[in-house]
Formats: sequence, C-alpha cells, structure tokens
Amino acid sequence: MVTATPEIRVQNLSIQYGEKVALAGASFEVMPNEIFGIIGPANSGKTSFLKVLNRMDTFTPGMRFSGTAEVGGRDVRSWRNLYALRRRIGVVFPLPVGLPLSVYDNVAFAPRLAGVRGKAELDAIVERCLRRAALWDEVKDRLKALGSLLSGGQQQRLTIARALSQEPSILLLDEFSIAVDPVTTMRIEDVLKELKQEMTIVLVTNLVQQARRLADRTAFFLMGECVSVSPTEALFTGDADPRARDYVEGRFG
Amino acid sequence: MFDATPRNLKDARREGLVRILFLLMTALLVLPVLLILGVLVAKGGSALSWDFLFTEPTDGMTAGGLLPALVGTIWLVVIALIVSVPIGIAAALYLSEYAPDNWLTRAINLAIINLAGVPSIVHALFGVGAFVIFFGFGTSILAASFTLAVMTLPVVIVSTREALQAVPQSFREACWNMGATRWQTIRKVVLPNSISGILTGVILEVSRTAGETAPIMFTGAAFFLPFLPESVYDQTMAMSLHLFVVATQVPNVPDNLPFGVALVLIGMVLAMNAISIAFRTWLRRKKKW
Amino acid sequence: MTDRKADPAVDRRDVAWWSDKAVSVLVFLGGISAILFIIGIFVFITREGFGFGEHFKAGEIFGSTRWAPTSDSNPTYGILALVAGTASVTGLAMLIAVPFSLGAAIYIAEFAKGRTREVLKVLVEMLAAIPSVVWGFIGLTIMNPLIIQTFDVPIGLCVLNSGLILGLMAAPIMTTIAEDALKAVPDSYREAAEALGATRWQVTRRVVLPAARQGLLAAVLLGVGRGFGETMAVLMASGHSINLPTSPFDSVRALTATIAAELGETAVGSPHYQALFMLGILLFAVTFLINLAADLIVRGIRKG
Ligand SMILES: Nc1ncnc2c1ncn2[C@@H]1O[C@H](COP(=O)(O)OP(=O)(O)OP(=O)(O)O)[C@@H](O)[C@H]1O
Ligand SMILES: [Mg+2]
Repeated sequence: MVTATPEIRVQNLSIQYGEKVALAGASFEVMPNEIFGIIGPANSGKTSFLKVLNRMDTFTPGMRFSGTAEVGGRDVRSWRNLYALRRRIGVVFPLPVGLPLSVYDNVAFAPRLAGVRGKAELDAIVERCLRRAALWDEVKDRLKALGSLLSGGQQQRLTIARALSQEPSILLLDEFSIAVDPVTTMRIEDVLKELKQEMTIVLVTNLVQQARRLADRTAFFLMGECVSVSPTEALFTGDADPRARDYVEGRFG
Repeated sequence: MFDATPRNLKDARREGLVRILFLLMTALLVLPVLLILGVLVAKGGSALSWDFLFTEPTDGMTAGGLLPALVGTIWLVVIALIVSVPIGIAAALYLSEYAPDNWLTRAINLAIINLAGVPSIVHALFGVGAFVIFFGFGTSILAASFTLAVMTLPVVIVSTREALQAVPQSFREACWNMGATRWQTIRKVVLPNSISGILTGVILEVSRTAGETAPIMFTGAAFFLPFLPESVYDQTMAMSLHLFVVATQVPNVPDNLPFGVALVLIGMVLAMNAISIAFRTWLRRKKKW
Repeated sequence: MTDRKADPAVDRRDVAWWSDKAVSVLVFLGGISAILFIIGIFVFITREGFGFGEHFKAGEIFGSTRWAPTSDSNPTYGILALVAGTASVTGLAMLIAVPFSLGAAIYIAEFAKGRTREVLKVLVEMLAAIPSVVWGFIGLTIMNPLIIQTFDVPIGLCVLNSGLILGLMAAPIMTTIAEDALKAVPDSYREAAEALGATRWQVTRRVVLPAARQGLLAAVLLGVGRGFGETMAVLMASGHSINLPTSPFDSVRALTATIAAELGETAVGSPHYQALFMLGILLFAVTFLINLAADLIVRGIRKG
C-alpha cells in the first residue's frame, strides 16, 4: 500500500514534561493526503504528539522529546528555519484563541507573514478560509470586529480559518469541534474531506464516530503508549487491538 | 447565616472593631497627603501667577519667577527619557519575550531590584564618577540627565514588563503556531495591546524624574543661573533643587515664595501621576479580550 | 501559493528570521544593561573613593563619633555618629511605618471593597509620588514649628521630625508590596476558612497573614531600604548636626545627608572627597544586602 514517502514519520518517539512521561516509544507514519485519526482516553499523549510536530516544545516549559520525528522527510529538529516549519503546519487546539485583531486581520495574519500584500488577493483568501471554517455567514458583515470578542464557538472556527489561511501542507486538528454545534461540525467535516486533496490531516478527537466518519487510518493512544495503528474500520470490526475495541465500544473503565 | 450565640456576637463585635482600627490606620497614612496639599495651597497659592511661572528669579532669588528652573527640569526629564525609555523597553521585552529561565535572567532581575533600591545619593556619586569625570561631560545637563536615566530605568523596565505580561500567553502561542517569529508576534500582537500600559509607566517615570534632587545636585543642576540652557553641555537650574535652595540657602525669602515653588513642583508631579492613573483606569474599562 | 508549498524554505533563513535574531540581540543588550549599570555604579564609585585607602584606619572610622574631615590639624573620619543618625531616624520611621503600612495593606486587601479600595490605592500612590525634597520642605516649614510648639523644645529639626517624614515616605512602598503579598494568597484559602464560619478578621489572622508572611517580611525590608537611603528629606528635617542621639528631640546627621551636604564643597581627589565616596560604597553595600535578602525571601515564596 505504501509507495509515497510518508508526510510524517515518528520512530520511537518519547515525550516528557520534566520527569513525567507523556508518550513513550511511539512509531508510525502518516501518508500524504490522508486523514489520520488519533483517539484515546484523556492524558494519553495525543496533544503532546501534535505539539512535537510543530516544535511547540520550544515554548512549553519543561517539555522535551527524543527519538525520530520527521515532517516531509526531515527531522523537525534539523530545520534551520523553525518558523518555516510552523508556516507549513496549521494547528487548531481545543482552547479557541481569537487574536485581539479584527476578524479580517486574524485570517490575513499568516498570508501577510508569507508576503501576500494585494488587497484583492487577501480579500479572497479571507473569504475562502472563513467559508471553509463555516464562519463566513456569521461574520461577513463585521469583519472589523475584534476576533477576541467573538463567542467561543466562533473563535474556534476563526482558529480553523486561520490555520487554513496558512495553506499548510499538514493540518493538525485537536478536538476542533469541542465548542461547535453538531450541524456546523458536519459542515466543517465535509470541508475536511475536500481538503484532503490538498493536505495531510491529523485529527485528534474524543468522538469515536467522528474518527470513523473522517479518518482513513486511526491510531489508538493509551496512557502514553501508541497501542495500535490500523485502518479506522478495523477498530469497529474487531480486527484491531482488543483494548482499542473496548475503547471504541465504550467498554472502557 | 449568623445565629446569635454569645460566641458569634463576640466575634462580630471584634470584627467591627478590627475593621475600624485598620480603617483608621489607613486614613492616618493617606490623610497627610491631603493635609500637605491643603497647606501648600493655602500658603503658596498667593505666589502663583503667570509671571511666577514665566519670568526669571530676581533680587538674589528672593523675588521673581522660576522660568529657568521649569525649563531646566523639562530639559533634564526629556533627555533622561530619551535614554531610559528605549533601554528600559528593550530590557522589558527581553525579560518578558525572550529570556530563558536561567541564572543570567535571575541576575538581571536582581540587578533591576537593586538599581531601584540604590539610594539616590549613591546614584549621584555614580553620576559624578562616571558621567561628569570619566566620560568628561562635566557638570552638565547631559551628565545629570544620564544619572536620572540610570536611576529611573527600573521604573520603566518593571512597568513595561507588567504591561507586556498582561497580554495573555495564548495570543503569543497562536501567532507562533502560524509561523510568526517572536519579533513579528511582538510587533503585531503584543506591543499594540500593551502600548497604553507602557505609556502609563513612562508617564509615571516622568513624574519621578521631575521630582528627583540628589542625583542632579552635583552632576548638572546649578543653584542659581538666571538664563536658559542653550546646549546639553550647559548647567541648568531645576525645580526640585530650586525648592531646596530657596528653602534652605537663601536668606530673606518672602514666606510664600518657597511654598509657591513647592506647589508648582508637586502640582507637576501629581498631574503626571493623575494622568497615568486615569489612563490606567480607562484601559481597564476598555476590554479587548 | 503552490510555490510556497513546493519550496518549504527548510534551510533558508529569511528576512523575518534575521530580523528576529537582530531584535533578540538588541533587547538582550537592554536586559544586560541593568547588570552593567549595577557593576558600573560599584566600579565608578570605588574608582573615585579608592585613594582613601591610605587614610583608612578601621579603628577610627568605625570606632569614633568624630566626623571632621575638614579639620586642618586633625582630620578625622569617624562614622559612628552618622551611623547612629541614620539608624535612629530609620528606626523611628520603621516603628511608625511598619504597623501602619501593614494595617493599611490589610484593610485595602482584605476589608475595603470597590470604590473605597480604588480611592485608597490612588491616595497611597499619590503619597508615593511626593518628591523627597517636598517632604524635606514640609519637615522644615510645617513639622518644625509644630514640634517646637507641641513639645516645647528649642528646635524641631530632629530625629522625631525626620523619622515621621521618613515613615510617611516609606509607608506607600511597604503598603503596596504588602498588599501584593496578601493578594497573592489564593482566594480558595479564604473561601475554605469562611465556609467554616470564620469572620473576615479570623480568616485574615489565621489564614491569610501566615500564608503571606514572607511577602510581608520582604515589604518591610524594602521599606527599610527606602528609608535608609533617603537623602533630601533627612538632610532638611533632621537638623544635620553630628550627634549621638539620646532623645527623639536631638538633631542628628545621616550618612546620606552628609554626602549631599559636603560633596559640593570638596576638591575632587581630596581625602574628604574620597571619604564621601567610601560612604557611598558603604550605602551601596548595605542596600545591596537588604535587596538581596528581600529577593531571596520572595524567591523562597515562589519555591515553597
Ligand atoms: N504543559 C504540560 N506540563 C506538564 N505536563 C503536561 C503538560 N501538558 C501535558 N502534560 C501531561 O502529559 C500527559 C499527556 O497529556 P496530553 O495533553 O498529551 O494528553 P491528551 O491525550 O491530549 O489528553 P486530553 O484528551 O485530555 O486532551 C498528561 O499526563 C498531562 O498531564
Ligand atoms: Mg489533548
């Protein structure tokens, strides 16, 4: 099945906060243009894994990692321009952050960093990203409003729009729908299925069904260990690790 | 909530007493401010006039106005700001946005605390040894301003750092995650949202600088120089030193003259403080997140 | 847009990268400057005072009350009386300022609410803003006659006068820092105690004060440092005569005031000039120790 080079590859990746181990010896690959799900109970190391890809350890006190973590075939520690790495990766974390700039400037932030100056071009990017994040209809008349004063759910979608505005080759989503209503979530999920053509998506979710709807393959994390990586459907048909099956069937205690 | 058992009654009564006691202590601390202001106005008010502000002292400083002192203080404050504000903001940016948690950062913090705690007369000695003698500025506005700048540097650093740290960390992380460098993050998000707080601190610094006496006594301020400074290498009169001089060194000064000087000085300082406080209150109301 | 994707700029350090680097170097210099200035203060004062070594007689300096550097026949540099002056004035100031500041801090942090609180805080800030030369002037023109009248003494420029003034000057800084220390005690502590039916004062005394102990100590120390280093107010309100004080109505002379009063009259490089710089080193060293102690105490809080 595997012929292309993996977009993300981790080999024996371990993550620590001070003395506390958050993830131990994880090894797997994420292929280009796939949606890769990660599920698992709380504190199993899902978020920590995403943080490594974006080198968020550089501003998280006490966070360290060891082992291999490659993006685009290069170890994330070997990039001489860390900011270029981050520009390539869009992230959406569960706590929504609307920057204290206008909605427009929030979404135009990354394109401007990348050197886009033309008003028309920026307008187009802003509209496209806000539409994809299912936020356009709600804010199109108040693009000048402060992003930090939107409602929680709107801020979360604004964060998604910002991540998309980077035109990333990798999109990391961490419980992106936590503050978003089910109907809107469905709309965003449809967009993600389309976006798959353009980028690789890693989807951390607490909603097993969301993983089932979207993910091609899914990893199951448990207490800092990557227990299994399998085609998503295998989790439900019982071909995967029994602990993973217990989890998706809600028999986990 | 209360049941009227004797124990609770006693507690409640003691609570009331303690409250009043502490209120009294607080009042005794802050009442003098109002008293002092009152006395200064009562005794010095009669000296105030446009002429007092905008003419030069005459008759061996027993009459006339305080223009050279006023202008001199403005020179000193402005040049001190030109030196200390950029350095102070840079230091605060370093500490708040760049500094790793290591021994050097701790040393810098300790140095700032110490710089703030060094007696003003020691700053004066430093000014003499460094700026007047070693760097050869002589007793001049330049030397006095530099001395003031070093002395008030910690005020700028601490207030700026506070303003910077009032910007939530999550905003920075959101920017970094989009690939913004630290400087881009500072320029686009951190500074625009802390600039008013930084200004508040700078205004506060102005008020401190304007009132200082000891650091300028031997570095550039003169007792009596009835003309305006023309360059930074001139000496100058200053409001604070002028008050000291008319209060202690000049015989036969009419009673209301030194009170008038004190009133103008404290008026300047408190006005700056009031602006800074008003600014801060306005900031707190105007929530951006 | 696609070209950006095709060329991920893995190794290209672009303008943004270099500007960030440049700024980080610039602000680092700003940060370091605080250390350089502290070292500079020490170096330049020592440099001026260094030559005093040949006149340095420890026994005389620390054992004699005679400070007579201008005496032709027998210049003497005993600092005992000056130390006593500083100590008596600072001591009295602390006697006044410590209880009142802590009381005010407790009131502002624990009892006052809303408007009152804001107004009190502003007043404390205004107190802190009054320049020291104005305080000295108040000591000279308002307190002086008041003391003469009230206590029927010949002169009102004395330990009492400058101690009171200095107390008022040190109070706001102590109040502010003490209030911060009280505010730093988490509300959950208070709520837990209040849930058991304790009154505000009981909560404050049993829970808040013990928890804020170190912060309060640091506040007192910084207040001491402030009082100790004050110059103009002490120069103007203490009477400025060399004395071992025996009562609060004695005039005294402080270390700081001595420098301020005499530096202008000395010739650069003369033993007297150098002696004044040595006093400066002494003042610097003592405040350094006080601040260091306060800092260690505060750091202790953060660790503990
Ligand atoms: N900044 C941090 N400092 C210290 N420990 C941390 C930090 N972030 C996470 N941890 C710890 O690392 C472990 C893994 O956390 P992580 O956030 O990766 O879990 P998660 O799988 O994302 O959980 P959740 O489903 O609750 O989001 C946890 O035990 C957590 O307490
Ligand atoms: Mg998580």
